[in-house]
Amino acid sequence: MKHKEHLIRKYLRPSKKMPTIWCPGCGIGIFMQALIRAIDRSGYGKDDVVMVSGIGCSSRIPIYLDFNTLHTTHGRALTFATGIKLARPHLKVITIMGDGDAVAIGGNHLIHAAKRNIDVSAFVINNQVYGMTGGQCSPTTAHGTRTTSSPYGNLESAFDISRLVEAAGAAMVGRATVYHTPLLDRLIDMALHKKGFAMVEVIAQCVTYSGRWLGLTSPADMMLWQRDNCVRVERAQEMTEEELADKIVIGVLSDRERPTYSHEYRKLFAELSKV
Amino acid sequence: METVLLEGNEACARGALAAGCRFYAGYPITPSTEIMEFMSRELPKLGGMFIQMEDEMGSMGAVIGASLAGVKAMTATSGPGFSLMQEHIGFASMAEVPCVIALVMRGGPSTGLPTQPSQADVMQAAWGTHGDHPVIVLSASSAYETFDLTIKAFNLAERYRTPVIMMTDAIVAHTREAVTLPDADVEIEDRPQPTGTPEEFMAYADPGNGVPPMPPFGDGYRYHVTGLCHDVRGFPTTRSDEVDFLLRRLLSKITRDSDRLQWFDRWHENSETMVIAHGCVARAALRAVRQVRDKGLDVGLIKPKILWPFMSTTISNVLDNCRRVLVPEMNFGQISREVERVNQGRCEIVTLNKVDGTAITPPEIVQKLEEMQL
Repeated sequence: MKHKEHLIRKYLRPSKKMPTIWCPGCGIGIFMQALIRAIDRSGYGKDDVVMVSGIGCSSRIPIYLDFNTLHTTHGRALTFATGIKLARPHLKVITIMGDGDAVAIGGNHLIHAAKRNIDVSAFVINNQVYGMTGGQCSPTTAHGTRTTSSPYGNLESAFDISRLVEAAGAAMVGRATVYHTPLLDRLIDMALHKKGFAMVEVIAQCVTYSGRWLGLTSPADMMLWQRDNCVRVERAQEMTEEELADKIVIGVLSDRERPTYSHEYRKLFAELSKV
Repeated sequence: METVLLEGNEACARGALAAGCRFYAGYPITPSTEIMEFMSRELPKLGGMFIQMEDEMGSMGAVIGASLAGVKAMTATSGPGFSLMQEHIGFASMAEVPCVIALVMRGGPSTGLPTQPSQADVMQAAWGTHGDHPVIVLSASSAYETFDLTIKAFNLAERYRTPVIMMTDAIVAHTREAVTLPDADVEIEDRPQPTGTPEEFMAYADPGNGVPPMPPFGDGYRYHVTGLCHDVRGFPTTRSDEVDFLLRRLLSKITRDSDRLQWFDRWHENSETMVIAHGCVARAALRAVRQVRDKGLDVGLIKPKILWPFMSTTISNVLDNCRRVLVPEMNFGQISREVERVNQGRCEIVTLNKVDGTAITPPEIVQKLEEMQL
């Protein structure tokens, strides 16, 4: 507890009035704590961290944290992050986006950041709903789910964010929930230290909206749902497609070495300097 | 002094490099693409950064990011791409991030006339993004002017912490002509830097001239940047007094200097009839004015090089001293309405509008001027 208080004083902005905008029982706070712990372990100084977010509930995180923080436009956090990282490569650039933010309006930026392998740690907080605007259907809302914009059930099927980003070329992809916090800690550590585009999909509960529609009315019920519906990637490899149909696979989903855009650019720069 | 053959787009890119631009992010679009191609070739040689983004929203996002990290940055585009950039032009206005957008106008609306010129984006350059916001728009009529004004665009962006639109059109961009480049280093302005400690730093407080200092990310001044209405520390606010203070400061930091922001060329400015024309149309207008003067008509020309904020003082003085004004434009009348607003019924305002994708020619202006004398 003493250590926790120390982290609060060290990383939360004293000038920013609490409470946060998040509803009681929201999963975003659990992720924010995990992120603070990981940054503290990483050794990055506060001046060296740039935290960039889009628009939505989770994108409010940078407001509360004492780094260089940038709250951008809906879906486009990664484009700002790209500019910052290329202009000042020594900075540790972290982006925080929601599912609607990263995958619907920002889907093209997400896959291109992965394809270019921009050296950014990206966290996508997936609560399967547009929370800030009142519980509309998002790109990760499951088929058939009723929301305020799909009152008869979602006609579309959900995006698998992790598989999308892996296919687009990310150096590292992982998925955890806010229930599985030791795994979440480990994935954030990995993402912060990975050279290249590292994306962690964080399944989090939105009690106010998706919980209501799913019939899960308490935060604890929603976190138990996370516990009961997730399968570790190591175990998933031994399961059939039918067995995995309604399961969420968590763990390190992809980890590979690929040259980053900056690396390729520096090589070009060195070649041109020789001429 | 070195004289080189340059098209407007190359001149723009060269001007940007001379002004200290070391970051370019863009997306190809006719007729602006040569700016991007030039930057992709030259920036790596200078240790600058180039990236081709996935779209124009992304280009502007990367430009703003680079500028926040302390590097002078630009992009270039044309009509449809400029429409897509509006979201982030608004962000740059609100968060006060210096950047330059070269807008090479082509025919519109929509995909319009990709390879042909127009001047139909004059209003969009000022009001394209939502909300009341400040912006500066310059307009060049030749390759040399494009070089010169692009340097000015960067300096103004830095001085006022605002996006600056460097406007040309397909004719100016693709006309290759002699440009004499300056020998000495050009005058360069940089964004104001804080003088106090990080602890006492207020990212969006008014230091007196309306333009707060802007340290780059990573220098120890950790602050918050947002597109939301924010207080003097940069944090979101809905308090009416803080919102009012912010929006008024954003606008007035530029309008308070509007008497300084009057750049134009003039020929025979005390004539009975004056032509007001910018961009490629000003070239035709100058020739037309010379031709009708040879015939004995008393006609002069004002060529604005800054369109926004509109040079009301200059135009008002012109209107005080003439009887009629001709405003030829390659649109349905965007500058002419501004002239009418300043005019307040003093002079007769005549328009000449062409929207067919071809240039307004000197004979067309001559004919109009002769009709006006009857």
